[in-house]
Amino acid sequence: MTAFTSLSRAMLLGWFRDKSALFFSILFPLMFLVLFGGIFSDMGTSKMAVVQVGKVPLLEQAAAGLGDVLEIQKSDDPAAAREKVKEGDVVAAISQQGDTLHVSYSAADQVRSGTVQGVLRQVVSQANAVGVPQRFTMTAQQVEDDSLKAIQYVTPGLLSWAVAMGAAFGAAATLVTWREKRILRRLRLAPVSLGSVVGARVGVSVAIALIQTAIFLGVASLPYFGLRLSAYWWMSIPLIIAGTLTFMAIGLVAGGLAKSAEAASGIANLIVLPMAFLSGSFIPLDASPGWLQTLSNVFPLKHLNQALLDVMVRGQGPLSVLPELGIVLAFGLVISLIAMKVFRWDSV
Amino acid sequence: MGSTIIVNDLRKHYGQVRAVDGVSFSVEQGEFFGILGPNGAGKTTTLEIVEGLREADSGTVEVLGMRPWPRNSKLLTRIGVQLQATSFFERLTAREQIRTFASLYGVAPKKADEMLAQVGLEDKADTPAERLSGGQGQRLSIACALVHDPDIVFLDEPSAALDPQARRNLWDLLRQINDNGRTVVLTTHYMDEAESLCDRVAIMDDGRILELGAPAALVRGLEAVTRISLETGTLSVESAAEIAGPGASVDDDGVSVTIGTDDPARVLTALAERNLLTGIQVRGATLEDVFLNLTGREYRA
Repeated sequence: MTAFTSLSRAMLLGWFRDKSALFFSILFPLMFLVLFGGIFSDMGTSKMAVVQVGKVPLLEQAAAGLGDVLEIQKSDDPAAAREKVKEGDVVAAISQQGDTLHVSYSAADQVRSGTVQGVLRQVVSQANAVGVPQRFTMTAQQVEDDSLKAIQYVTPGLLSWAVAMGAAFGAAATLVTWREKRILRRLRLAPVSLGSVVGARVGVSVAIALIQTAIFLGVASLPYFGLRLSAYWWMSIPLIIAGTLTFMAIGLVAGGLAKSAEAASGIANLIVLPMAFLSGSFIPLDASPGWLQTLSNVFPLKHLNQALLDVMVRGQGPLSVLPELGIVLAFGLVISLIAMKVFRWDSV
Repeated sequence: MGSTIIVNDLRKHYGQVRAVDGVSFSVEQGEFFGILGPNGAGKTTTLEIVEGLREADSGTVEVLGMRPWPRNSKLLTRIGVQLQATSFFERLTAREQIRTFASLYGVAPKKADEMLAQVGLEDKADTPAERLSGGQGQRLSIACALVHDPDIVFLDEPSAALDPQARRNLWDLLRQINDNGRTVVLTTHYMDEAESLCDRVAIMDDGRILELGAPAALVRGLEAVTRISLETGTLSVESAAEIAGPGASVDDDGVSVTIGTDDPARVLTALAERNLLTGIQVRGATLEDVFLNLTGREYRA
């Protein structure tokens, strides 16, 4: 074994055996995922609201039978109705042009829009059965929406927070305990290059971040949560790696400044947690005031969030997030330079 | 047989504090060399400069013909260092610790396991390092320092905070290491440790070496008094003073009558003639007396 692999092994083993590290980097974020993704997405009435745009004779005929499944609102403004769908106030907007029933739904809530479509298909086929020859047809169309809901939104945000926290805490705690326990000095007295020590730590942090990602996406994709990843979700891997590097650097700064492991995790927390809130990891920034949205640009986590959201659920192409990737790495570079300034081999 | 370590006029200042203030010494190959002194004497700083952890302000250090500063990988493979605190990776077992250190030097795991057995820790191989006792932890850290078979071993206060039994065990281990032909350099603030282990010892205080030589030679060179004690009542203070002659001291603390003399042979002969040797105690000077003599103050570790 080379110095690099044996140091990586030592660090990984140390991490796996550290119950609190496992809890905070895996279970704790998953608890948030359950909270935000599971509970919040189940909120709402059991009756599904749809909006009827203009006159829809087909729906009116069947309205009596649909009463306990659908709550039918009425509107004459197609644009306003679409907006309601986008915002998730109603599951679908239904209009009728001639013999065609037109249904607009949101991808944010696939389960319920699917149910509504199913119900309406039934209405159409029943009507067809009554009036021969076949008169009515139905088309369904997805509303491309900007404001994603629940699990779709929550997963990338919580994932970037979990990765940021894991990387920052891992780096800070390792640096401080290794300095306190004089492992750093011991390593200086062994014929290993600084590169393999740093490389091992970076490798381990990246590995941990990818493990977090795998577990996170695995859990969120369970039918209960129902995350649907877009085609380019794999682009999240380079983004996660870049984020890990940047937050490791933040952890190294915290570790360089702190005198004890407790202080280091305190400092790391003080940096990462408010940043997570202000970067929209927990709550979408779309609804927040303009100044906050502007302010959020100074946080690397915001750009990471944004990019993960784009490639994981918004279905944007891999190239579209290159600017964000660059920004995150640039933050990492600057913070690494600061980390080098505050680095100390020894506690005295 | 040449000098493996040559230190010449080493100086290191921290602000106004002269931690090391003109230290020179050399260590022969295969020697057990001790640096003795109270806390803050500059022992550890001296050792760290020799190991290459710190840069000296001035002076030269040569270890195995090489300069330890700046960091010299070729030298690092030939020295083994045990640090003051036991430096272990968190949450690894004893075996994993030593194997990790072994691989840093390109040493096979099998050799690491052998070393673990050599320090008597094979039955603790699967115990996390944090749960080893003080003595076991020190033995493991010494094993980690020896795993790549270095020519010189540096030990910084190896027996600090150990109970007497664990200290004795450790001393046996250290003698073994030295008997295998390795040069051992150790710092300690225990006089008895230096006396018992070291071929030569440098007594340090305030960043300077006060005296350097074999412990026995240092003590002999003192011309210090020898203390002879008898049980109170076996000999009256008056007759004790008469035996001791002029220039000697006699003291009775209610338990023992103690005669301090620089001519123990004459006093002992006189006591033998009176058949008073039963239960007698004779104590010569120790390194503590050497320290007292050199600094004019009592030794406090």
